[in-house]
Amino acid sequence: MAERVLMKGNEAIAEAAIRAGCRHYFGYPITPQTEIAAYMAKKMPKIGGVFLQAESEIASINMVYGAAAAGMRVMTSSSSPGISLKGEGLSYIAGSDVPAFVVNVQRGGPGLGGIQPSQSDYFQATKGGGHGDYRMIVLAPASVQEMASLTVKGFNLADKYLMTAMILADGTIGQMMEPITFEDVEVETYDKPWALTGTKMQRKHNIVNSLYLKPDELERKNFERYERYKTVEENEVMVEEYMMEDAEVCVVAFGIASRVAKNAVVQARKEGVKVGLIRPITLWPFPKKVLRQAAERVKSFVCVELNMGQMIEDVRLAIECSRPVSLCNRTGGMIPDPDQVLASIREAQKGVN
Amino acid sequence: MNHKRITLFAGHYGSGKTNIAVNYALLLSREGKKTAIADLDIVNPYFRTKDSAAELAEAGVDLISPQFANSNVDLPALPAEAYRLVEDKSLFAVMDVGGDDRGAYALGRYTPFILEENNYRMAFVANPCRPLTRTPEEALEVMREIEAAGGLPFTAIVNNANLAHETTPETVLEAIPYMERLSLLSGLPVWMTSAEESVAAKLAGKVPGLLPIKLQRKYFDLPEQKGPPQARPLFG
Repeated sequence: MAERVLMKGNEAIAEAAIRAGCRHYFGYPITPQTEIAAYMAKKMPKIGGVFLQAESEIASINMVYGAAAAGMRVMTSSSSPGISLKGEGLSYIAGSDVPAFVVNVQRGGPGLGGIQPSQSDYFQATKGGGHGDYRMIVLAPASVQEMASLTVKGFNLADKYLMTAMILADGTIGQMMEPITFEDVEVETYDKPWALTGTKMQRKHNIVNSLYLKPDELERKNFERYERYKTVEENEVMVEEYMMEDAEVCVVAFGIASRVAKNAVVQARKEGVKVGLIRPITLWPFPKKVLRQAAERVKSFVCVELNMGQMIEDVRLAIECSRPVSLCNRTGGMIPDPDQVLASIREAQKGVN
Repeated sequence: MNHKRITLFAGHYGSGKTNIAVNYALLLSREGKKTAIADLDIVNPYFRTKDSAAELAEAGVDLISPQFANSNVDLPALPAEAYRLVEDKSLFAVMDVGGDDRGAYALGRYTPFILEENNYRMAFVANPCRPLTRTPEEALEVMREIEAAGGLPFTAIVNNANLAHETTPETVLEAIPYMERLSLLSGLPVWMTSAEESVAAKLAGKVPGLLPIKLQRKYFDLPEQKGPPQARPLFG
C-alpha cells in the first residue's frame, strides 16, 4: 500500500501541484486558502522553485500570465473576493490561449461576505467572471484526495487545451484533514512550441497576445477557440453516479454538498425511497449527457447547493426542463445537514407518486 | 498522570493540539480540579476550542476564547480574560496555542508570567503522518521555530500519531521510534500518547501516559468511510 499522509485540503493542492511539475507560485493571502501559500513558501525554496507573495491579486494573476506565456507550469490560488480581482487576468490568459492553473477555495459572498464555506462562485467559474467569450475547465473536488488528484488533472488539461483549469473548492474541503496518497499522480507533459523561451536567433519569434486590431481576425480566433472548447466538452466530462440504477429521484450536488447529499441518499434508501446521486466533477464541461439520460428514467431532481441556486440552472438546461427540479440550499457559510436534504428528497418523492 | 498548574499544547498546525487540549481539560476536571482552558489560536479561524463549548460547559470547565471565534470574521484578537489563566493560581489552566511559529507569537504575551511562576508543562504535539513533519528532524525544526516565536521552551512531547479515521493501534506504535528520536534530539521526555478512544482502548498497557480522545462526529463523513469518527472540521 502506498504511503498515506494526513493532509489538509489546501496542503494537498500545494503538494500535488509541486508533484505535477509546478515550480512557480504567485499569490496573495486570503482565508480560507492561505495554507496553499504557506506550504509553497516552505517548499518552493527547497526545490528550486519560486514562491512569490505579490502586492495584490491583480499582480499575481498577471505574473501567472507571464510565466504561462514562457511555458512554465504555474499557479495562483485565492478565495472568492480575490478571484474577482483576478478576473481581468483570467480573461487575458484565455484570450492569449496559454495554460494556467487557478484555485478558488470559496467563502461566503457577495462582497467581503464571510470566511465560512460557500459554493456561490459557480456562476463566476463556469460562465466567465472576466469579460469576453471564454471558458475555463472547472474541477470540483469533494475530498482531500480529489484536491490532490484533480490538481494534477488540472495542470494536464490546461497544457493539453491551452486554457485555464480552475479548482472550485470551498472552505470546508480546503480546511478539513483526511488521509490521502499521491500514488495516482500521473503527470502528462506537452510540447510548447508557442512559448516565449527566446529565439536564440534560430527561429521566428513567438507572440503571446490577446489584442486583435482586425475584427475578422478576432472573430476567426474566437471561432477557433470554441472549436477547441467543443473537444473539451466531448472528451473531458467527469461525473460520479451513485445508486442511480433504479432511481426515481435524482439528487445533483458537487463538492462538499455532494458529501452531505450522499449521506442523505443512504438514509433515504433505508426508508425505501428510490433515490440516487449525480455528482458533477467537472462543472465545465458540465455532464449534460448524463443528466439528459437520467431524465429519461427519473421523475424528479433535487439540487443541493451552498448558494441561492446556481448549478440548478445548468441542470434545468441539461434536461431541457423535462422534469421538476427543486433546490435544497444554505448560504452565507452554512452547510445543510443530511436531514434537510432528506426532507427535500421526501418532498420530491411525493411528486413522483 | 501528574499535572502542572499550566499545561500548554503547541506544535505544527493540524497536529491535533485542540482535540488534545480539550480532552486534557476534561480529564483535569474529572479529577476534581478547578479547570480553565484558553484558546490562544489567532491564526486559524477554524477548528476552535469553542467547537467543544457544550461539552466543556457540561464538565464545568471554564472556556476562554476569542470574542469572534466561530463567527464570519477573521479578527485575530485575544480576550483580556485570558490573563486569568496566569493570574489566578487556584486554577488548573490549559492553553491551546495556535499552530507553528505564526500561531505561537500570541503566546509571548503570557510567557513572562508563565516563566516567573515556573509551574508549567509546554507540550509539543507530534504527528509523523503530517506532510511537513514526516521526520523527527523536521519536527525539531518546527519545535525550535515555535520556541523562538513564543519565547517559551518546550518541556515534553506528545505522541499524537494519527491518520484520522484510518488510525490503527499500529499507526501509534510505529511512531514510537520517531518519538524516541525526537526525544533524543530535543532532550525532552515523551510525556503522553493520545489516541481516539476506540484506538486507545487497544493500546492500553502498551504505551506510557495514554490519553483517550473523544472526537466529534461530522456529517460529511462518507457512508463508505470506515473507522472511528473524525473531528468536525467546521461548526455547521
